[in-house]
Amino acid sequence: MRAAELDLARYTVWLESETDFAGWRDAARRLALNEIPPGDIGWQIATDACPPQNALPNVPEGAQLVVPREFIGRAETAFCHSDPGRFAFLYRVLWRLRTEPKLLSIASDVDTKRLETMEKAVRRDSHKMHAFVRFRKIGNGEDERYVAWFEPDHFIVERNADFFVRRFTGMRWTILTPHASADWDGERLAIGPGATKADAPAEDDTEALWRTYFENIFNPARLKVKAMQKEMPKKYWRNLPEASLIPELIAGADKAAIAMIAKMPTTPPPHHAKVQARHWPKKPPAEAPDDDASSISELREAAKGCRRCPLWRDATQTVFGEGPDDARVIFVGEQPGDQEDIAGKPFVGPAGKVFDAILDDAGVDRQKVYVTNAVKHFKFEPRGKRRIHSKPNAGEVQACRWWIDREFALIKPDLAVALGATAALSLLGKAIAVTKMRGQVVEREDGLRVFITIHPSFILRIQEPAEKEAERERFLKDMRQVKRLMAA
Amino acid sequence: MSSLSVREKLAILSDAAKYDASCASSGSAKRDSLKSGGIGSTEGMGICHSYAPDGRCISLLKILLTNFCIYDCSYCINRSSSNVRRARFGIDEVVKLTMDFYRRNYIEGLFLSSGVIRSPDETMGEMVEVARRLRLEEKFGGYIHLKTIPEASAALIEKAGLYADRLSINVELPTDEGVKKLAPEKRPETIRLSMAGLRRKIEEKAEPTLRTKKRERFAPGGQSTQMIIGADKTSDDGILRSSARLYGSYHLRRVYYSAFSPIPDSSSSLPLQKPPLMREHRLYQADWLMRFYGFSQPEILAGSNDGMLDLAIDPKLAWALRNRGRFPVDINRADREALLRVPGLGTKVVAKILETRRHRRLRLEDVGRLCHSIAKLRPFIVAEGWSPGALTDKAGLRGKIVQSCEQLALF
Repeated sequence: MRAAELDLARYTVWLESETDFAGWRDAARRLALNEIPPGDIGWQIATDACPPQNALPNVPEGAQLVVPREFIGRAETAFCHSDPGRFAFLYRVLWRLRTEPKLLSIASDVDTKRLETMEKAVRRDSHKMHAFVRFRKIGNGEDERYVAWFEPDHFIVERNADFFVRRFTGMRWTILTPHASADWDGERLAIGPGATKADAPAEDDTEALWRTYFENIFNPARLKVKAMQKEMPKKYWRNLPEASLIPELIAGADKAAIAMIAKMPTTPPPHHAKVQARHWPKKPPAEAPDDDASSISELREAAKGCRRCPLWRDATQTVFGEGPDDARVIFVGEQPGDQEDIAGKPFVGPAGKVFDAILDDAGVDRQKVYVTNAVKHFKFEPRGKRRIHSKPNAGEVQACRWWIDREFALIKPDLAVALGATAALSLLGKAIAVTKMRGQVVEREDGLRVFITIHPSFILRIQEPAEKEAERERFLKDMRQVKRLMAA
Repeated sequence: MSSLSVREKLAILSDAAKYDASCASSGSAKRDSLKSGGIGSTEGMGICHSYAPDGRCISLLKILLTNFCIYDCSYCINRSSSNVRRARFGIDEVVKLTMDFYRRNYIEGLFLSSGVIRSPDETMGEMVEVARRLRLEEKFGGYIHLKTIPEASAALIEKAGLYADRLSINVELPTDEGVKKLAPEKRPETIRLSMAGLRRKIEEKAEPTLRTKKRERFAPGGQSTQMIIGADKTSDDGILRSSARLYGSYHLRRVYYSAFSPIPDSSSSLPLQKPPLMREHRLYQADWLMRFYGFSQPEILAGSNDGMLDLAIDPKLAWALRNRGRFPVDINRADREALLRVPGLGTKVVAKILETRRHRRLRLEDVGRLCHSIAKLRPFIVAEGWSPGALTDKAGLRGKIVQSCEQLALF
């Protein structure tokens, strides 16, 4: 069929080898610029008996062939495919690109689809070569070398040699294939002619260890032969030292799995009791109840295992209050956020940084105040890699008052600052309009003065710079007032 | 003990490691040996060097340093009350095995885990030492995954992150209650804190340092975890809820689901049955929906009766059948988000559709050329010259699609 085609073809291109992309590219450029249609060209690989004898037209003076940049790379990949029709096919794509510059973006086009299929096949073959080449060691010391025999589907040795250089730089190795070979002597890569399986070493002692690993990492209870063969088709098996184990592993799998299930629990070995006694001594019954805490640090310990509401389930940890236990003022926020939940400390996230800076501007010593939250676990909804803050409900606030009340009872401050509505709800026991009552001091029945203001995260949420600055100023004013109240 | 050969130890300690699902060697920084003159590279995409007949990829030498363990987790073959044969590798033996296997191109690297002996720090210290020797003495540039022991000290974790590509801590089971029941000595609180600690370290080291302006190396392949499914009674919805929380909270690269596999000499508190492999597969598909398809966790199973994924059809198709009001979607006009929700359209196909339709309007057969099977797709899309009409709302649609997919599979 090829011969008949050649007779009809006006031009025959002789390529130096199956992988002579440069030769193809040069010929294709000449032919396309001379308007030679695909049907007029035959493509041949030169042999010793039949050396290249190209008589191709020259590129017309000043003529240029412009193709999308991606075409060259994609054609070079597809060029490694073993399909003998690839030279003509790629020329046809080039021919069409002259008038259809967007062709490669039209994935549903038959030629574009075929190009992609060829590229995929080459990439997959390359990937399998990276995976399934098996080196065997020969020689020792100075003479140590690693030699592999591999049979790829496509002409990919040249294309893949660099991968093995990058990976096995410190080793001397040779990969033999029927079409070509690659050799690395530690400094230089050489591409040579094809070889036969007999040219490669027949064995390597380490293969026994590898086969042991292969046998034992297999779980017979999960037999999925099709899944294995999809990724490791049988054609590769003959060059994989582990593959000869597969038939017996499959044959024995059902029996092995049934045996695993049937093997009834046995009596623990003697060392088990010793291990249990040494590492997991039975704890004394019932720990001290958590309302016995006589200091903030004891209270913090007790709060670690809090299960008073369901929020512990999704959070990382209880984020307890922080500060000196004789502080004269307690700042109460809403709940820990993403950063606080990870760090286990209150007010360390973005809102905490704003809060710190303003406190500093107002001349309030952060080291002397106690900061805590109305709710001690982070409540959120996951969205991919982020967590979106959710407002705690009245029940959760109520549940956590158990801790807030004890923090206040132990520290006995002169003043509380409610940062935002949730804090106000927790401290006053009822919902109030923070924006209306902002800047006011409410005295509770027990005599505690509660200063009402916004939560600093409110400042962060304002987009407009002037408004944001104004809000910051208002908050600073509030903090200055807090400082005066502390002194009073 | 000392009479065991390396081969015997390898048999015991790889058998002991096979219940860990992860074998990934992907997601790390690119690295090669051209400069160091050593051995090893990682190129982003992982490589599976072999496949066991269980269909699982063998990418890494996955072994335990020892299967002696002070914990008694009922689902684990290495628990202290089990009568399994015990062995312990020396550090140099693991280093040599890794290098011997890597040089022959059997593996991408090492996944080292261990039973906990004596103290967490002592065990973790030995694992870190293996990684250190590989990196510094053998100039090894391949992939290293270290299983992190939650109770190990911060200094050791820091070192582990310096040498390893990936660190992982297993949450073991989807709920804290499950852990308390089946792994009574493990503390879910500590596991969470360790994962939080890893996230902090990874974020901290991702910032250039003040002095050198360089980023310090710390687990460039991030952290992952594994949970066993089918050992306790948690529903798929509950499992996915845990995963969504873990991804959001600790920025995990992956959550692995491991269908509970019967183990020899099993504890009587566990189901004695074959592992639920299809359930595991559906969970992975649902996990993909959350990570790559814009689904929020609650909507995946919203409207289902029992909070369990349909084993016969994939979770996106199941979702579409429950939400037919959102279909058909016009292939030529819908935005990316809507296209990603069409059963049978993957992320790559969606990208191709978006690119192609800038140049021409797509017909049903064009779409067919872009994706694997049009059967699943047809009732859910409008294309040039194609409208599903009443098909989308047809009562027997699920059965029809299942049938046509099965026929295709037979072919």
